[in-house]
Amino acid sequence: MRALLLRDLRLAMRAGGGFGLAMAFFLIVVVLVPFAVGPRADLHSAIAPGVLWLGALLACLLSLDRMFALDWEDGTLDLLATAPLPLEMVIIAKALAHWLTTGLPLVLLAPMLGILLNLAPEAYGALTLSLAVGTPALSVIGAFGAALTVGVKRGGLLLSLLVLPLYVPSLIFGADMVRRASEGGAVTTPLLLLAGITCGAIALLPFASAAVLRVNLR
Amino acid sequence: MSDTRPLLETRALSVGRGGVGLLEGVDLRIMPGSALVLRGPNGSGKTSLLRTLAGLQPPRDGTLEAEPDDIVLAGHLDGVKPTLSVAENLRFWAEIFGTSGIEQALRTFDLDRLRDRMAASLSAGQKRRLGLARLIVAGRKLWLLDEPTVSLDQEATGLFASAVRAHLDQGGAAIIATHIDLGLAPIEHMDVSRYRAAPPAPDDFDEAFA
Amino acid sequence: MNAIWQYANPKKFIDTSERLLPWVAGLAALCLGVGLIWGYFLTPDAERFGATVKIIYLHVPAAMMAISAWFMMLVASLIWIIRRHHVSALAARAAAPVGAVMTVIGLVTGAIWGQPMWGTWWAWDPRLTSFLILFLFYLGYIALWAAIEDDDSAADLTSILCLVGSVFAVLSRYAVNFWNQGLHQGASLSLDKEENVADVFYIPLLVCIAGFVLLFVALVLMRTGTEIRARRMRVLLARERMK
Repeated sequence: MRALLLRDLRLAMRAGGGFGLAMAFFLIVVVLVPFAVGPRADLHSAIAPGVLWLGALLACLLSLDRMFALDWEDGTLDLLATAPLPLEMVIIAKALAHWLTTGLPLVLLAPMLGILLNLAPEAYGALTLSLAVGTPALSVIGAFGAALTVGVKRGGLLLSLLVLPLYVPSLIFGADMVRRASEGGAVTTPLLLLAGITCGAIALLPFASAAVLRVNLR
Repeated sequence: MSDTRPLLETRALSVGRGGVGLLEGVDLRIMPGSALVLRGPNGSGKTSLLRTLAGLQPPRDGTLEAEPDDIVLAGHLDGVKPTLSVAENLRFWAEIFGTSGIEQALRTFDLDRLRDRMAASLSAGQKRRLGLARLIVAGRKLWLLDEPTVSLDQEATGLFASAVRAHLDQGGAAIIATHIDLGLAPIEHMDVSRYRAAPPAPDDFDEAFA
Repeated sequence: MNAIWQYANPKKFIDTSERLLPWVAGLAALCLGVGLIWGYFLTPDAERFGATVKIIYLHVPAAMMAISAWFMMLVASLIWIIRRHHVSALAARAAAPVGAVMTVIGLVTGAIWGQPMWGTWWAWDPRLTSFLILFLFYLGYIALWAAIEDDDSAADLTSILCLVGSVFAVLSRYAVNFWNQGLHQGASLSLDKEENVADVFYIPLLVCIAGFVLLFVALVLMRTGTEIRARRMRVLLARERMK
């Protein structure tokens, strides 16, 4: 498990690993939004919570199809499935590696992009906290989608179609938490609901993902 | 005692691919120290049989008795990561299989000189050797090999044959799908086309769709 | 209890469903004809809403069937996972497009109704939003069936997607409720709250609902038969290639 995690991190850091692409994508999305909606600062602060969450979510989505596809193509997945490591742990290690290379950088980048969108000062803490709590769920749900589509050629579009509806609850609670914070309200309820989804997804989805991967490997 | 127990035993095993039966009635018994060579034309089901034995796909019928922790598979693809060095690739598998030491594997397949090279810069044959070196790193008793000598030159084929021989001498076993004569002594051959699945009766329109 | 599983045999299923189909389809046409004509032409206009309310004779049954179809797919998926009956997996596959169309009918009639009632074609009301999300789940499910070549693998993968999707669909329903309290009236129909709708509207509505249920059953029976034959053909072709 540790070995797999370290290997995935190392692969992500090496040339062609795609590390940092998600952050660059996040930056571009956030830069494009003011061009699309016009230069009104009050409008920017009103939509900032939603745009930041949506940007992070799309950036996360973008890197999902690599999660299993590369290991599938070069046969590593076959070999891992016959190794002593349970497939559920393979999924968890891969999702964790995905979160460390994609989710965590997005969490750290988001407050800086909040400045670009004129986010209310009270909301920075809530933004970071909501992304920190919510993005692990995005990685785990994404691992399920990636496992479903690993055998499909050019499955990227299908992956988005399958995963995005599953992201709805996390997006609603996450963005709502930031919005409430920017209006000076209490954030406990959405935070707890967001954390609940993350915990539930981490606890249960790896089993579904491993079952799906076994079907795809046979 | 444990030496007399077969590492793998099948009875009336049926194997298929994509819902279509390929082989049926396969009876195998692999004892420690023995090697079985699978022959048969392309598409006759050698790969599917090996994948079934490895536990990657469920048998269509029959029984398969084997300890999953005894088995290691080497398929068509080597599972080599191009951006890791030779030693890093092997060390990863050593950690996954919970074994220590990649030195013996490097020596056996003459990869010592290449240990710090990135796998991306290896030739096809060198990559294959790296893929086969993983068998030694895994430290398991039963090797399932699917066309292991593809893209190996004569010298490397010799290295591979002696690696298999050493493995058998230590009480290991191997099932190899290959067309090359490896010069292994205690060897059985099995032509899988012998077990070719009969087409089902034409009016057999019931629960089974295949 | 054993008796029901005999219909898991494709041949038996096709034989029986073909005998049933004309009756179910005829009854569906009868119910829909009677219910819609009764509902649209033989009921008085409601005092508060005027004639616009009559769209409930399409809107409510379609919306009910949109959810019921997903529920039927969930049950069929579970049967496939547990008992490995091919007919069950194929029935789930057959029901998906029907359910998706029911969802679209529910959404479109809702928009047409919403225009005079709320003054807008679309509002991000929790119910409308939930149905839109349900539609996305249907799309994903259908797309996954279409993308996987091996039939058994596709059945396994879509079944698991259906299970996971069901959990997330329920979660989304509550999340959307939390997100926006909405304009939609509460359930306008439930068996123990009959006072919501006066009898004079209620009975034709029940007839329409029965018609939609029968229509759904007829369509699913027909489509399942088609799926069974298509599957059978693919197997025969694969066998042909083997020779």
